[in-house]
Amino acid sequence: MATLLDKVWDAHVVHQEADGPALLYVDLHLVHEVTSPQAFEGLRLAGRRVRRPDLTLATVDHNVPTGDRRLPIADEIAARQLATLVRNAREAGIELHDLDSPDQGIVHVIGPELGATRPGSVIVCGDSHTSTHGAFGALAFGIGTSEVEHVLATQCIVQARPRTMEVRYTGTPRPGVGAKDLILALIRRIGTAGGTGFVLEYTGEAIRALSMEGRMTICNMSIEAGARAGMIAPDETTFAFLESRPRSPRGEAWTRAVAEWSRLRSDPGAVYDHAVAIDAAALGPQVTWGTSPGMTAEITERVPDPADAPSEAERQSYRRALEYMDLRPGTPLEGLPVDRVFLGSCTNGRIGDLREAARVVRGRRVASGVRAMVVPGSQRVKAAAEAEGLDRIFSEAGFEWRNPGCSMCLGMNEDILAPGERCASTSNRNFEGRQGRGGRTHLMSPAMAAAAAIAGRLVDVREVVCA
Amino acid sequence: MEPFIVHTGRVAALPRANVDTDQIIPKQFLKRIERTGFGPALFFDWRYLPDGSPDLAFELNTPKARGATLLLAGANFGCGSSREHAPWALAEYGFRAILAPSFADIFHGNCCQNGLLPVTLPEKAVRELFRRYDAAPDGYELSVDLVTTTVRDARGFESPFEIPRYRREMLLHGLDEIGRTLRHEAAIADFERGRR
Repeated sequence: MATLLDKVWDAHVVHQEADGPALLYVDLHLVHEVTSPQAFEGLRLAGRRVRRPDLTLATVDHNVPTGDRRLPIADEIAARQLATLVRNAREAGIELHDLDSPDQGIVHVIGPELGATRPGSVIVCGDSHTSTHGAFGALAFGIGTSEVEHVLATQCIVQARPRTMEVRYTGTPRPGVGAKDLILALIRRIGTAGGTGFVLEYTGEAIRALSMEGRMTICNMSIEAGARAGMIAPDETTFAFLESRPRSPRGEAWTRAVAEWSRLRSDPGAVYDHAVAIDAAALGPQVTWGTSPGMTAEITERVPDPADAPSEAERQSYRRALEYMDLRPGTPLEGLPVDRVFLGSCTNGRIGDLREAARVVRGRRVASGVRAMVVPGSQRVKAAAEAEGLDRIFSEAGFEWRNPGCSMCLGMNEDILAPGERCASTSNRNFEGRQGRGGRTHLMSPAMAAAAAIAGRLVDVREVVCA
Repeated sequence: MEPFIVHTGRVAALPRANVDTDQIIPKQFLKRIERTGFGPALFFDWRYLPDGSPDLAFELNTPKARGATLLLAGANFGCGSSREHAPWALAEYGFRAILAPSFADIFHGNCCQNGLLPVTLPEKAVRELFRRYDAAPDGYELSVDLVTTTVRDARGFESPFEIPRYRREMLLHGLDEIGRTLRHEAAIADFERGRR
């Protein structure tokens, strides 16, 4: 009786050290501009070559401007980093979706939409949010630059076998509660180190009912719980998403692939090292109040009092977080005024996320004094949204409609918060300074962020939509 | 990679939990294409005031922490982004080892790849080390021994620490992981043939 992880893991072991890590074969190596230049340089210095350029896929996302793409890049150091990837990819024969490509976008958005992400595969990338691809039943995790070099040279990765944790979501979420709320609630429950050393497998009816976009949101933030990866067994929803993607198998090969992928589920009675159950029906919309994704509460709650924290270390963390966020204990989260709203990122920059936000925005106006932006996750997402008229809904409401990239999720380009600005954000990290030095980030779902843009303050989206 | 066997050095204490890699090396410094040049930007937003002058209240800027080669920190050190620029910055600043109750996964691996030893100590031992650091007016010194996997000071403190066996071997001998993997080149080629 094997778990989903066991099945994928065992199919990829090239060599097993006695009492040590395994050497795993990598089916897909995703590459972007920020964590790869030193790896390619290392290869060159050692006289090594890229072993499987055909299993490597590159794009530019982290530091690209999201404004007018016809203008030259103002940041010379960023431009040099982008040019370096173009040169490295060309020399190694790696497919690259650069700024001019209709398939450019955030690496974790384009992998699935091109059909490069496949159930049962091992996927790595020099980016912690590689866990996103686990939504397809892949084992996908982030690696460092030395490991990027290792994978380029050997197409393998050295890994200790992780432990398994089942995260079961029972019940049906109430209206206004979605994937982002499910995952934030988990991180609040188990903490930002609760998943360390584990691969999380998400199960239960609430997961089965999710779209692939929702499942990707959940797996994406597994790393925020400290987990190596998140996984969801593939099903009809997965196959429907992948069918006729550019890199997906066709005809006979597709039928065979689906038959094979259908076996990728934990056997009944398979034993996990740990298990957590969450009643999805009991959750409301979630919002972070602090500087760590575990510092989460329901929108109807108040800013907690550090005195109530369970340990001295946490009391200190809470105090520091409240000071940074300029919040007082006991303040209702609902009603906190926001200066900025960011819709996008590898967590929530997909077409389903933009539709969810557009349903809230339609026919309304962004509150005066609020700067709100939509940054689609990829050129394909952008084109699909424009074909549906979502861009007009956002633009007419006063949102900026921008070009794809990581943008204000990490603020490597010019999309950053000014010191003291408070932002409702659909991204994944509320760390100090993450979106700009002194900036204050509240993480939430696309619907909640859209509602905050309209109201100019944090609100319960259930009241906006029903009102 | 420089091997790590035994190291004795001054300690800097950072009594905070969940120090993320965005704090260790903020994003504006990730645009470099070299492995070097990150030391001056270590803990940038904490180390310097907005006007560029050192923030004297920050733990690493206190005289006691000057010349430190060992960093003592809270739980879940190195969480968040996978950026290897974080251990590059720590190593370039002069740290040889980080001592904490726990580390984030990817960061732990990244440290080992760069000869920067992640020392996982029992929670109680870390509390005691913070206490001893606070009680030492002119600075505090520790020895980290990877051969015996122990940490000790000159005044009777001694604690074993944890590190996976494979990581320990790699660090003790300063091994190149790619070279090591390429010894299995035949197995890799076999695996690839089996998939066609």
